[in-house]
Amino acid sequence: MAEHDSKYTLEIKDLEVQFKTVDGVVKAVNGIDLAIEKGKTLGLVGETGAGKTTTALSILRLVPDPPGKITGGTITLEGKDLFSYSEKEMETIRGSQVSMIFQDPMTSLNPVMTVGDQIAEVIQLHEKIDPKEALEKAKAMLEMVGIPGNRGTEYPHQFSGGMKQRVIIAMALVCNPHLLIADEPTTALDVTIQAQVLDLMQKLREKYGTSMLMITHDLGIVAEVCDNVSIMYAGRIVEHGTLEDIFNSTSHPYTEGLFGSLPNIENRNEQLKPIPGLMPDPTDLPPGCAFHPRCKYCKDICKSRVPAVTKLSDTHLVACLAYEEGTGVTLGGGDNE
Amino acid sequence: MENKKAKKRSMTMEVCQRLARNKMAMLGLAILVVLVLCAVFADVIADYETKVVAQNIANRLKGPSAEHWFGTDEFGRDIFARIIHGSRVSLVVGLISVSVSLILGGILGAFAGFYGGRVDNVIMRVMDIFLAVPSTLLAMTIVAALGSSLVNVMLAIGVSGIPTYARIVRAAVMSVKDQEFVEASRAIGATNVTTIFREIIPNCLAPIIVQATLSVAGAILSTASLSFIGLGVQPPDPEWGAMLSGGRNFLRDAVHLTLFPGLAIVITILALNLLGDGLRDALDPRLKQ
Amino acid sequence: MSDILLDVKNLKKYFNTPNGVLHAVDDVTFSLERGKTLGVVGESGCGKSTTGRAILRLHEPTSGEVFFEGKDITKVSNQEMRRLRSQMQIIFQDPFASLNPRKTVSEIIGEPLRLYKVHKSKKEQQDHVLELMELVGLSQRLVNTYPHELDGGRRQRIGIARALAMRPKFIVCDEPVSALDVSIQAQILNLLKQLQHDLGLTYIFITHDLSVVNYFSDEIMVMYLGKVVEHASSEKLFEHPTHPYTKALLSAIPVPKLGEKKKRILLKGEITSPINPKPGCRFAPRCEYAKPKCFEKTPMLKENEPGHFVACHFCEEF
Repeated sequence: MAEHDSKYTLEIKDLEVQFKTVDGVVKAVNGIDLAIEKGKTLGLVGETGAGKTTTALSILRLVPDPPGKITGGTITLEGKDLFSYSEKEMETIRGSQVSMIFQDPMTSLNPVMTVGDQIAEVIQLHEKIDPKEALEKAKAMLEMVGIPGNRGTEYPHQFSGGMKQRVIIAMALVCNPHLLIADEPTTALDVTIQAQVLDLMQKLREKYGTSMLMITHDLGIVAEVCDNVSIMYAGRIVEHGTLEDIFNSTSHPYTEGLFGSLPNIENRNEQLKPIPGLMPDPTDLPPGCAFHPRCKYCKDICKSRVPAVTKLSDTHLVACLAYEEGTGVTLGGGDNE
Repeated sequence: MENKKAKKRSMTMEVCQRLARNKMAMLGLAILVVLVLCAVFADVIADYETKVVAQNIANRLKGPSAEHWFGTDEFGRDIFARIIHGSRVSLVVGLISVSVSLILGGILGAFAGFYGGRVDNVIMRVMDIFLAVPSTLLAMTIVAALGSSLVNVMLAIGVSGIPTYARIVRAAVMSVKDQEFVEASRAIGATNVTTIFREIIPNCLAPIIVQATLSVAGAILSTASLSFIGLGVQPPDPEWGAMLSGGRNFLRDAVHLTLFPGLAIVITILALNLLGDGLRDALDPRLKQ
Repeated sequence: MSDILLDVKNLKKYFNTPNGVLHAVDDVTFSLERGKTLGVVGESGCGKSTTGRAILRLHEPTSGEVFFEGKDITKVSNQEMRRLRSQMQIIFQDPFASLNPRKTVSEIIGEPLRLYKVHKSKKEQQDHVLELMELVGLSQRLVNTYPHELDGGRRQRIGIARALAMRPKFIVCDEPVSALDVSIQAQILNLLKQLQHDLGLTYIFITHDLSVVNYFSDEIMVMYLGKVVEHASSEKLFEHPTHPYTKALLSAIPVPKLGEKKKRILLKGEITSPINPKPGCRFAPRCEYAKPKCFEKTPMLKENEPGHFVACHFCEEF
């Protein structure tokens, strides 16, 4: 095997995922490219139905099939094609190489098992280790996330929401995964607790050098924890870049709309500029650029031609016809920034 | 397309339309219509005096034949004719007694579930007392006290079914009442009674309908028990449950004595169940495709 | 002369739980001018939703007075209260649970009109419903759809239309946008602002999202475990947060801007619940400035500077 000194932990190329339902085929993910450098954090931003969670589940090969099916593309983890693994091999990869933190800490833990046992179970699944040692390791891991080790003998209902999320983080990191997928990890938590949890995740990630895919709808969180950002809309990546690129030279009209929808905490008299309309129905995506019905710069050509990815700089990519030559689309009158 | 949606659709019309699209429910409805027609035109189909009650010992325990489609019973009476006439009693008893338990039990359960606390305690403890007495015994007591008549039988069976409904409705109401739309109804100034009947009950229908369609069978059989001890329908009047229990002694030699009344009950219940399931789905707009 | 619409005095709401008495709302006092918005901010379990519901008597207050246009509504009969409800409305957080799934849009919006027998004929009522739908930006072709066929933003508009049906003067908005996507959130916020401007509405805006409350409110009241810890105009509160909890809360908001990494105050510990609370400041166990006095004596809400109320023993020192 050629050695892989690829600088990416995860590379996704042209991924397509579809769900067959009674109402028709739901195109959840329509050919996206993603790459996460070793030790870096990528933020995947989008609203409900953009296909963020489906993308995450594809990386674990956990898209429910049926009705879901990965219909195209490749996912490369640590230089190896993920689709070449057998289901058995996948099981050993989940939890040890890639692990995932889910949104709801209330339902992600088994209510009838002690917290310590649950963490130890993960260790035993992936390492040859005797139960006693596993429990010791679980205890140490709890300490690491700021929970006294002796609370490992307690049950999930004895923990508060923030504590549960810490336990889940401990579980996700206990086998030292290369990639951590965090699906809205703090949405269910209060602001002050969210700050604690984000802080903890940051510290642990730096300590272990884990790469992370951070799925969120909150641009504030992105600004704090991510290195790169991909903005997703209707199953496509519409803009990708470094934090700088996205926050300081916002290029895609949808990204611009997202920023316009957020109240400015420093200037309360600033008007909100929401994006009109609704997320498109994923069984019936508009032709051309999927964002065109809500875009204030929309021209006729946007309704028929699917925008290609344009490179604005080495790091900054955008999928909008305004940046393609000869389309006649301009973002004129744009009052961004 | 868009304009079609804007047209005012009435709720009942819509439920009927959705029901009509459900083939199994329509089958159930068709069977039920046939049964009801049989009951209404029983006298036209078979004469009561000559066929249903007149005994003919020479013809006893005959198997099904062209003359007697379902055969004859131990007194030589035509079973087909008796089933047709029996449907008058059985269908009415089944439906009315279930309605009695449904309405009374439903209201009690709804109030118990909605108000909780003391109201709940009082109602449910009384229901517990009712449940502690075997339902047949309870029905017997009521009929014995009120006198033996068909109306009293229906009343007695209905009353003995109340606790079951009260329990089911109470549980369903309790699961719905804490939802925000119930609070929203109070916030716009609805009284408790309005809230219960307009917001809560419509969301509790599924388990109630299932229970109701199932318990029609129980009601028919309970009538038979009452008839058996002389408190229900008096011989020689035909009644499905009574025919079933009367034929028990001949189970080895003449199966048709029990088979056909049994089938009649099974088909009725099946029809009611199919219709009930269809109705439950049709009443839930979320299941619309 | 200010025009006070709502005056709340020493409002308390206790719940009996198996573990003891839960002081969900403990001695809340404030007044609200006509046409203004009061933002109530706090984390889960701080009693902000209960406060809103107790004011509307959806939860019967344990004690205290609520004056609405000068009338103490905690003392009026149930019948009178039902009449008053047309003046005081609520918009709920969850646009999925707050609409009866078995009713069509027109039935839901028309329900208050039907209850108060506003219209003589069904036709008139239907026209009114259509008017309301237009007011909140709902397309009229949705009039006979069911809530489950619509997305969160549209459902929330139905909830708003229902609240507006009786032309109320006062609306409690209980986290009306926290279940919605960002782009939809902004649409609804703008709608609520527009309606306030057009119809002269007075709002209590309950939320956990500080950036939203700053955008939306004239005054802000910060609550912690059933107590008001700070109350001031939005400008003052954001410029000079005084209570240590408010400071931590403000610093915890992730800001979607680069290059201004603020010093974040990380609070230790978690929120508990105010069951049988002991005397003393309820925030003291998590407060980095806590002194022995904080554990002994409950701080009262006092006017630190004109219009700026703080409940902290040592607020002058900060």
